[in-house]
Formats: sequence, C-alpha cells, structure tokens
Amino acid sequence: MSETRVNDFVLKIGTVNGTGSASANGLLLKAMFRMGIPVTGKNLFPSNIQGLPTWYGIRANHKGYMSRSKQVDIMVAMNAQTYQKDLENVTPGGYLIYDSTWPRERQLNRHDITVLGVPLAKLCNENFSDARVRILMKNIAYVGVLTALLNLDTKVLRSLIEETFAKKPKLIESNLKAINLGFDYAKANFTCPLPIHAETMGDNSGHIMIDGNSAAGLGCLYAGATVGAWYPITPSTSMMDAFKAYCKKYRIDRETGQKNYVIVQAEDELAAAGMVLGANWVGARAFTPTSGPDISLMSEFIGFAYYAEIPSVFFDVQRVGPSTGMPTRTQQCDIMMCAFASHGDTQHPLLLPANPYECFEMAVGAFDLSERLQTPIFVLSDLDIGMNDWMIPELKWDDSYRPDRGKVLNSDDVEQLEKFFRYLDVDGDGIAARTLPGENQKGAYFVRGSGHNKHGMYTESSTEYKDLVDRLLVKWKTARSLVPKPVLKSAEQETPIGIIAYGSSDGAVMEALDVLRDKGIHADYLRIRAYPFNGEVTAFIENHETVFVVEQNRDAQMRSLLTLENTIDGRKLVPVLHYSGMPIPSQCVVEGLCEHLCVEDVA
Amino acid sequence: MSFIRKPKIDLPGQLKNSIGLLKRDYEGPLSTLCAGCGHDSITAAIVQAFWELSIPPEKVIKLSGIGCSSKTPAYFMSGSHGFNSVHGRMPSVATGAQAGNRDLICIGVSGDGDSLSIGFGQFGHAVRRNVNMLYIIENNGVYGLTKGQFSAAADKGSKSKKGDINQWKNIDAVSTAISMGGSFVARSFSGDRDQLVTLIKAGVKHPGCAIVDVVSPCVTFNNHDGSTKSYTYTRDHYHPASQTDFIEPANEILVSYEEGESKVIELHDGSKLLLRKTGNGYDATDRSRVMRYLEQKRAQGEVVTGLLYINAELPEMHQIYRTSQKPMKDLAFEELNPGSEALAQLQARMR
Repeated sequence: MSETRVNDFVLKIGTVNGTGSASANGLLLKAMFRMGIPVTGKNLFPSNIQGLPTWYGIRANHKGYMSRSKQVDIMVAMNAQTYQKDLENVTPGGYLIYDSTWPRERQLNRHDITVLGVPLAKLCNENFSDARVRILMKNIAYVGVLTALLNLDTKVLRSLIEETFAKKPKLIESNLKAINLGFDYAKANFTCPLPIHAETMGDNSGHIMIDGNSAAGLGCLYAGATVGAWYPITPSTSMMDAFKAYCKKYRIDRETGQKNYVIVQAEDELAAAGMVLGANWVGARAFTPTSGPDISLMSEFIGFAYYAEIPSVFFDVQRVGPSTGMPTRTQQCDIMMCAFASHGDTQHPLLLPANPYECFEMAVGAFDLSERLQTPIFVLSDLDIGMNDWMIPELKWDDSYRPDRGKVLNSDDVEQLEKFFRYLDVDGDGIAARTLPGENQKGAYFVRGSGHNKHGMYTESSTEYKDLVDRLLVKWKTARSLVPKPVLKSAEQETPIGIIAYGSSDGAVMEALDVLRDKGIHADYLRIRAYPFNGEVTAFIENHETVFVVEQNRDAQMRSLLTLENTIDGRKLVPVLHYSGMPIPSQCVVEGLCEHLCVEDVA
Repeated sequence: MSFIRKPKIDLPGQLKNSIGLLKRDYEGPLSTLCAGCGHDSITAAIVQAFWELSIPPEKVIKLSGIGCSSKTPAYFMSGSHGFNSVHGRMPSVATGAQAGNRDLICIGVSGDGDSLSIGFGQFGHAVRRNVNMLYIIENNGVYGLTKGQFSAAADKGSKSKKGDINQWKNIDAVSTAISMGGSFVARSFSGDRDQLVTLIKAGVKHPGCAIVDVVSPCVTFNNHDGSTKSYTYTRDHYHPASQTDFIEPANEILVSYEEGESKVIELHDGSKLLLRKTGNGYDATDRSRVMRYLEQKRAQGEVVTGLLYINAELPEMHQIYRTSQKPMKDLAFEELNPGSEALAQLQARMR
C-alpha cells in the first residue's frame, strides 16, 4: 500500500485528438483550482486535426511548483492505440485507469502499479442513445471516476458544469448524469479516495487560469493596438483568435456596428510584416503574432524597420526548429535569430515573458518600447507558455496608464521648426522625432531602406552612412535603460554559484533551487527579462564564480548572446540545456548543476 | 550625389488650382533616371493629375517597391510622405497604411518586375481586397537597374538588347487584375499624356484598388528593333479601346454629352466617369466581353489602352471589414481600452 500523498501529484489523460476531451480535462483542472490547489495543465498534442493520440497533463502541487514533472501518478488511458505506452509511463506506485468495456488483462501486466478498469463505454452506451454524445460523455464519465478517486469537491464540479452550460440546460443534465455514472461506479468498486488525492486548501482567490496567447492578445487590446496583421501558424494562432474575440467584445460600436480595429489575415507572412510596418508608419499601433519559421520569412522587413526606424511589434511563440521542426513542441530556439534578424548590422530588443502574466504586461510594454525606440520589438514567448493553462495572479490594470507614443511631432510642432529632418538626433539619446502622414507638408519625409542621411535624404556618402548607423548604436544604449530589468532571487546564504534563466524555464529553476538547497547547494538566481542586457546582468555574472545558464535549445543561444554583449569570461558560463521539445522539468536543472559541481570537486 | 535639388522659380502667369497651389507644389526633386525614360513622363502625369484634382499633398502617401519605377515617388510631391519599401512588397505596406489611416490618399508605384514576379502574390491580394489606392505599374518589360534582363511582362518572341529571344509567355497585368476580381483596371502609355492624366484622376477617385498598367519604354535597354515595349512599337500598335472623361462635380455643367453616346459611372464623391463609345461597342462594365476582347486584341498584337474594366460598386477593404469611419490612428485611447473594471469582470470567468 502506497503512502498517502495530498495535493502533490501528476494526472495524465491519454485520448484521441478531436474527441472532445478538452472540456473534460478543463473541468478537472478548474475543479482542483477552485479547491485552492496550485495547478497547471499542459497539452501534448500532435500536428494533426483528428485521429492521432493526444495527452493532457495536470500537475497539482501545494508548494506551487509549475514546471512539467516527469512523474505520472495517475494515468487515464482512453486511447487503445497508446495503452501500452501509457502503461509503461506510470511511475511505480501509481495508478492506471482504463476502459474495461474491452478487458485487456494480458497487456496490462505491471505489478508495481495499480490498474483500475472502468467500463466507461458500456456505461455510456447503456445510458445515452446518440453516437456522438456517447463519445463525449465517455470523457465526462472519467471525470466522475476521478472525482471519486481523487476526492474532488462534487459541489465545485457541479457549479462548474452549471456555469459552462448555463445557456444549454439540457447539457447540464446529461453531463451531471455522466459524472454520476463514473462517480458511482468508482465508489462501488474501488476504495475511494486513493492514497494520492486532493483536499481543499483554499480557493485560490486573487488568481486566474489562462494561457499565454490569450494573455498576450488581451495585452494588445489594452495597449490600444488597432491593427493586427497575421498569417496563421502553430503555436501562435490562438493569440490572434484571442485578440479578435476581445475586440468583438470591447471594440465594436454598439450603435453603428463599426469596428475600432482591423484584423487582416495576410496572404503570407511577408505581407503580414509589411502591413504591420505600414500601419505603424501612419501612426496606428500594429502587431503580428507568429512563430520562428515566419520570423525567417519576415526578416527582410524586420531589417527595413530597423534601418528606417519604424515601430513594429512581433510576437514569436517559439516552437521546435530548425525548419518546420516539430510544430506542436516547445523550445527557446529563436533567441539568436530574433536578436539579429535580417542582413547587415541589425539588432533588436527582445522581451522574455516567463508566464501569461508577463505576456500581458510585456505586450503592453512592447508597444511603448517600440514607439519610444522606433524599432521592431520581439516578444519571445513559447508553446509552453502560449498554449498551456497556467495559474497566475489576477491581471491588474492602472486606469491612469497612457501609451508612450514616443517622439511624434504633430502639425503644430512641425510649424515651429525652421525645417524638419527625419533622422536628426536632437536630444542625444539616438532617437529622432518622426511625423505622421496626413498632417503637414512640412513634416513630409521619405522612408527608404537604401542609404540615407540624418536629413532623411538618399545617400551613398560613407560619412553620412556611418553617421546614421552609429547613431543607431546610441539608440541601442538608450534601449538598455528602457527594457525590463532582470529579477533576482538570492540564496539564503552567500554563494559563488549563480543561475541565469529566462522565459518558460523559470518554473523548473524555481523548483530546482529548493531541491538543490536541500542537497546543500545554494545558488542565486537571475531571471533575464530582456535583451539588450542591462548592468544588473553583467554585475551578476561578475559576482559569481560559476554561472549556469539554463535554456531550452541545443546551442546555448542565450549563453552566446551573453558572451557577445559583455566583457565576460565565457568559461564562467556553464550551459544547462533541454531541447527535447517537452517543457523543461526541474530534474534537468538539478542534474545539470550536480553533474558539473561534482566534476569540479573531483578535479 | 544622386539627389539634385530642383530650383523653384516663380514664373508670372502660373495657374493656381482651387486650393491655391501651383503645379510646382506637386513636383519633387530632379529625377535620376535616364534621359527619355517613360517613367519620367508618368511622374509628370501624376503631378498634373494631382494638381488638377487639387489634392493637398500632405493628404497623400506614395509608396513603391524596388526597381527603376520604385525610385519615382521620390521625384513627385515632396509635400507627401513616401515609403520606398522592399522588393515586391509595396502592396502590403499600402494595405497596412490604409488599415491604419483610411483617410489618406494612397498612390503605389510599381514596375513589371516588382509586381509580376516577386510581388505577384501581393499585387493579386491588393486587387482581391480592393484596397483603396491607385496602383500604377510602370511596365517596360525589362529589368533596367540590373542591365536588361527580360521581365515576366516581356512578350514571347521579343528581342533583348543583347539579342536574346524571350521564350516565355508574358504575364499581362490587366487581364490578371480583371480575372482576380479587380474593380478598376486600365492600361495606358507613357507617351499619351492626356489619356494617362485622365486615368490617374479617375483611379484616384475610384473607391477601391485602381490598377493602371502603363507601357513605359526603357530608353536604355528596351527601345530597340525587336522589342515590343519600345516607343516605336507601342505607337504603331496602340489601340485605345475606350475613351474616358473625368468630370468633377463642379465641372459637370461644362460638359455636354448626349444620351446613348456615353456611359456614365458615378463615383462616391459625386464625380463622374464618362465612357465615350468609340464605335467598337466596347463596354468596360461587361467583364466577360472585356476579357474576350482583350484576348482577341492580344492575338493580333495590339496594345489595348483606356479604362478597360470598371465596377465602382465593389466594396473596398474597409467596407467589407465594417471598419470605423474614423481612422484607426485617430481613435482616442479611451475608445480602445476597456479599463480596469472590465478586466476584473473578464477574469471572473477565468476561475
């Protein structure tokens, strides 16, 4: 008999893509969330519309650890195709629940786990007549089974179902019926609850469940973005879906039905980038959500925007590369590409959100930075943040916020000038004032990707060319002081060991810090939130003997970027890499540090 | 130094348009294209047309891609914002600009290389979305800046300056645009100033994407015997299919036309296009007959010009999207941001 474990387990559900299991899984996630248990839900899905295996993993952890755990305590194997694999993946001492309508004793031959058969299909076939309903209700029935086995709050579950189907009362009835089928069967046939189970520990008030793409889309809405140009690509598509849904809710004039937004589904990725530039050039806040392969395609326009100094915001929800790679798997592999996208001497600020909360915040910040610096800004999220369900503190909005439109001269400002020159750095911060089309002839200028001088005129003069590109370096220096600062988490005691990470690797590092501390290894942790790096990053590296750089790519891209940016001894920076396409687990960080530190001990 | 300031000289007796501007107020710095380039004639026609229409230059945006044609927006209307974009991508920048500020009058200048090869997709989609812009293709059938390679618009069998014979069937911007559902498609010749000015004016006023394909001979690389885009060839095979007059609301009274002699197309601002019948029964509003006619004339080697197809009723991009009449860039932040209370309400459903 295994020991009792409360609010600390991983539940994994294996189903077939397109069978409607998402709502069942959502019910389970939200039920635990409302019981006050910190939870995260991660999709593992194929690049397919219907028919291939898909999994959903829920991690409940009372300490609030959010990263993926390799553990599988309870596996619900609903897909005959993957029974065998699902069985193998259960951690010793764990449980496998399967549909015993078709018994498969011979296949289920593991003695270190408990196998629980529930005749889900049989139960549903006996109780529901419609074929499609039977398939859907089979999923809801396993929610009922788990409710009994995991000790989920039935009242919470009931209200969730009532809220979900508030507009379709008939569905409330059938869903509750399916829940009860599973619940009653489990109660009658198994000892409930299992030793591994849930208990109410609060209500998680002040928190919400959201995915990063929805949060980023919401950020664009709140930032006052009016033009979204895009080309669909996994895993960024749901960001534009979210923006569109929010616009429909908040941006349509009730009287006239007119829209205060324009969303253009472009003919291709290049056109999406061109539209973003065009709209920003005339003074509308415009963005595109995309992923790595399309940044490659957009790179020509990105270089243009850098050189001609046009604000533009690019969201790169990273997926596994190179090339088409694995579209439904996660990585942090576009750091280098985005930092230097396009030919010639180019460099671009990057914002690195670690969770949906920061996706929202940084979406707003990206527009401000982009207009302030008059340059493309990248928000580098990834599939793990963008498409998975995260528990985050409630988003806050300050109603006194007003967008920073940067240096824009209006018609009256231009009239005060003897003459307007587009690329003249008057303030010494490397940023020249721009004007918007449609206002004043005196402010007219010509945007070009060819050589131009500080007056905005075409040039082939070496001096004038250098004068301009050198000013862009001054602007880069200004950018350093404007981008978000890193977040420092100091160890309980002074230590020569540092860890640097960013984005979705944060959860794994936070958990690893506790594990390492328990092993007697103390480390300070600096989470980088932007590029170019500011002084804190340099100082952190200088102040530690060994700095582990944790990231989710093969080539240690952030480590490379650090060695390029600073006068840093690269040997100090030890890469800890995870690039399987699955979100990084804390074990990877723990092992990475231990391995290196032990080797050093021996030496 | 490729930028030459053009001295502005006040001449006595110069005409002013209805907003008090001289024609020189619509000019730009001196062109750096070859002397005799057809593109410079088009630039002059643009200046003439915008001056005649009394459009304030600051209300105009002029965009282009890459190539000789795409240099020209620098040579007209210094008082307008310009955007010399990347190869073949002018239409997307124009689409974005129109999305951000629908009040701007947009003129895109492209070439046969820029629009019919790399930019073929974007050209097609600007037409398909019916983006409100004047889209001029300065068509010389040749790559000038890279010294004389055939473009996709070069006719099969035509000869390059170096003596090569083109093996490939040409892409015709006009029939392509009509078949893609274009709302205004015209062809002209840089050497026919009067027709060109009229078509530009009509195109500016047309509420949608107005394609004007202008045969514009390249004096340096495509003006020899054997070329089908030379001045001589075009003049010899020039065939106006229709004659168009552009009438502004204020001038209507001055124009007399008899019923049955012309077809009148009224544009949204009250101006009218008068399609004069030229005796050949040509009807620019009948799409299938237009396509048949163009195909016949193509087989005969004729360069058919004029306003070849028009449908002023097709909705432009913003009509389809039902966008606010107020340009996006002028919407106040308060109109765009739902505020903290709405955010709290929204999040109540995320629990």
